[in-house]
Amino acid sequence: MAEARGIEIRNLWKIFGANGAAMIDKVKAGMGKDELNQSFGHVLGLQDVSISIPPGKIQVVMGLSGSGKSTLIRHINRLIEPTAGEILFNGQDVTRMSQQELMNFRRNETAMVFQKFALLPHRTVMENTIYGLSIQGVPRKQAEERGAKWLSRVGLEGFEDRYPAELSGGMQQRVGLARALTNDAGIILMDEAFSALDPLIRMDMQSVLLELQGELHKTIVFITHDLDEALRLGDRIAILRDGKVIQQGTGEQIVLRPADDYISSFVHEVNRGKVITVRTIMRRGPAPSTTGVTLLPTALLEEAARAMTNADVNRANVVDDSGKLLGHISLAKTVAEMIAPDISEDDETDTPTEISAAAS
Amino acid sequence: MDLVNFPEMSRENLRAMRVAIDGAFRDFTRAYGETLEDIFLPVRILLDFLQRLLIDSPWILVLAGLAAGVWLLSRSWKITLGTVLSLLAIGYLGMWTDTMRTIAMVAVCTLIAIFLGLPIGILMSRSERANATITPVLDMMQTMPSFVYLIPVVMIFGLGNVPGVIAVVIYAIPPMIRLTNLGIRQVSRDVLEAADAFGASSWQKMREVQLPLALPTIMAGVNQTIMMSLAMVVVASMIGVRGLGQPVLQAINNQFFTLGVMNGLAIVAIAIVFDRASQAYGKRIQKHLEAQHG
Repeated sequence: MAEARGIEIRNLWKIFGANGAAMIDKVKAGMGKDELNQSFGHVLGLQDVSISIPPGKIQVVMGLSGSGKSTLIRHINRLIEPTAGEILFNGQDVTRMSQQELMNFRRNETAMVFQKFALLPHRTVMENTIYGLSIQGVPRKQAEERGAKWLSRVGLEGFEDRYPAELSGGMQQRVGLARALTNDAGIILMDEAFSALDPLIRMDMQSVLLELQGELHKTIVFITHDLDEALRLGDRIAILRDGKVIQQGTGEQIVLRPADDYISSFVHEVNRGKVITVRTIMRRGPAPSTTGVTLLPTALLEEAARAMTNADVNRANVVDDSGKLLGHISLAKTVAEMIAPDISEDDETDTPTEISAAAS
Repeated sequence: MDLVNFPEMSRENLRAMRVAIDGAFRDFTRAYGETLEDIFLPVRILLDFLQRLLIDSPWILVLAGLAAGVWLLSRSWKITLGTVLSLLAIGYLGMWTDTMRTIAMVAVCTLIAIFLGLPIGILMSRSERANATITPVLDMMQTMPSFVYLIPVVMIFGLGNVPGVIAVVIYAIPPMIRLTNLGIRQVSRDVLEAADAFGASSWQKMREVQLPLALPTIMAGVNQTIMMSLAMVVVASMIGVRGLGQPVLQAINNQFFTLGVMNGLAIVAIAIVFDRASQAYGKRIQKHLEAQHG
């Protein structure tokens, strides 16, 4: 397998239209999306996007429709040409690659999973799975061996000779995932890969992805409009609006410190108990009263609350991997943090330093 | 000013223009006629060979061969049986030789139409300029009365099979080109994007994605081309193409009702056989579309 490498997106601009490059300065000078469209007939796709995608992690890009997230992911393998900016991979700028270099980059370094699956209807499941390898010219027999391995990993053993139209949406997307994995690329681009699936199947596919990622450690760029999905999958999340990154960080950072009202309105509905970790609400020092419960700082509030309720205590000590005491939490505080954003000043918690530590 | 009579060109000028163009074309025919005939020599050889093969072989072998061909295309006993019965009736009613000539003619014309039409259709699907240039030519080929382009063809090639083939191909090739173009253009963007994302070259995309997905539409084009070739058989008989068209022409000139109807029905029978066989083949190659999840 190709070693996972990160991707560095720097000052990426995309303005759709006849003369996009000339419009960048106008947007920089403060022209809005609507004026650009009405007066000059250009559409603002991305403005000055910089994201540093860490190697071997899942980077989620979240935004509502029209936010430019699908445009952004298509820049990484240059299905869309940028107006300005750089995309660095392994010291090479994807935006400056020749056609041949780009073709090799797409064949060997990246694989993509699509919202509408985009399987070839005239090919069987197996033939779809080895599509990337057949393009690379890998001999059929060898390709099928590799394809069979991934098909069984995504749970499609026995379906090799079916056609895509015979499969349900969830199964078709498993083929899409197997096709991407069979390519053995370090980067997997997933464009709203699970958005077209039913909620239960979507959860299921998220679990499949997390399980695979647990051992593969690929660099995954995952596009979604669903914050719950973003929080569940993303090691890091970037939120896009009108083609602009308005916040990036870990899920916990975004839930705890939304950068603006727009993000707050999303975050409001989130199940905080599944996002916030014990470390965030921990107080220094040991618990004032004795308690039999100890937790790791990375435990989620939901897990902490369950542990304390099960043991029928209202405090727990927080210890690190080696058993060293870090601090303690109370059940009351845990539940309070879980059910609603605590807007009032709480001078007892000492969180900000911990958050920045978690981000690094 | 006279607004009732159109201000037309003077008669002398009009006549001079016609004479000049006719003269130029006659000179062209004299100068290049033989070269053009040489270019089309392979077509004549192929057609002559096929006609002799079908006519000179024992009829039972030809019948078996045609039935086998229809079976291979359609995999349908009904269509194959229908073919055999039609051919037996045709033979019994004394139209065997003419029918074989017509089948050979249609086969050659269809092959040429596919051979030329497919690349032209592909070109049109890939280039907007080619599309804009060729579309009006196709419109002209389909609407121009076929008798009109028979004139220059006969001037160059004289009477016989080759001008017949040319006239039939001009008439029958447009659907092949149009439907190839349409089929390729209809391939979904999503699938093409996936091919791009996996690094397919444009040749790989054409061969493995666009052409296979366009195939049902292309097959509809082949089917149309066959039907239109058959429809031209009677017209082609006016310039010396032998086959089922000639007795029809004779029947029109002499008011031989039965002769006309019999040969006309023979053309219809062949048309139905070709149509069913090619459509069944088209359906069979897209079996992946019929499979439904459920």
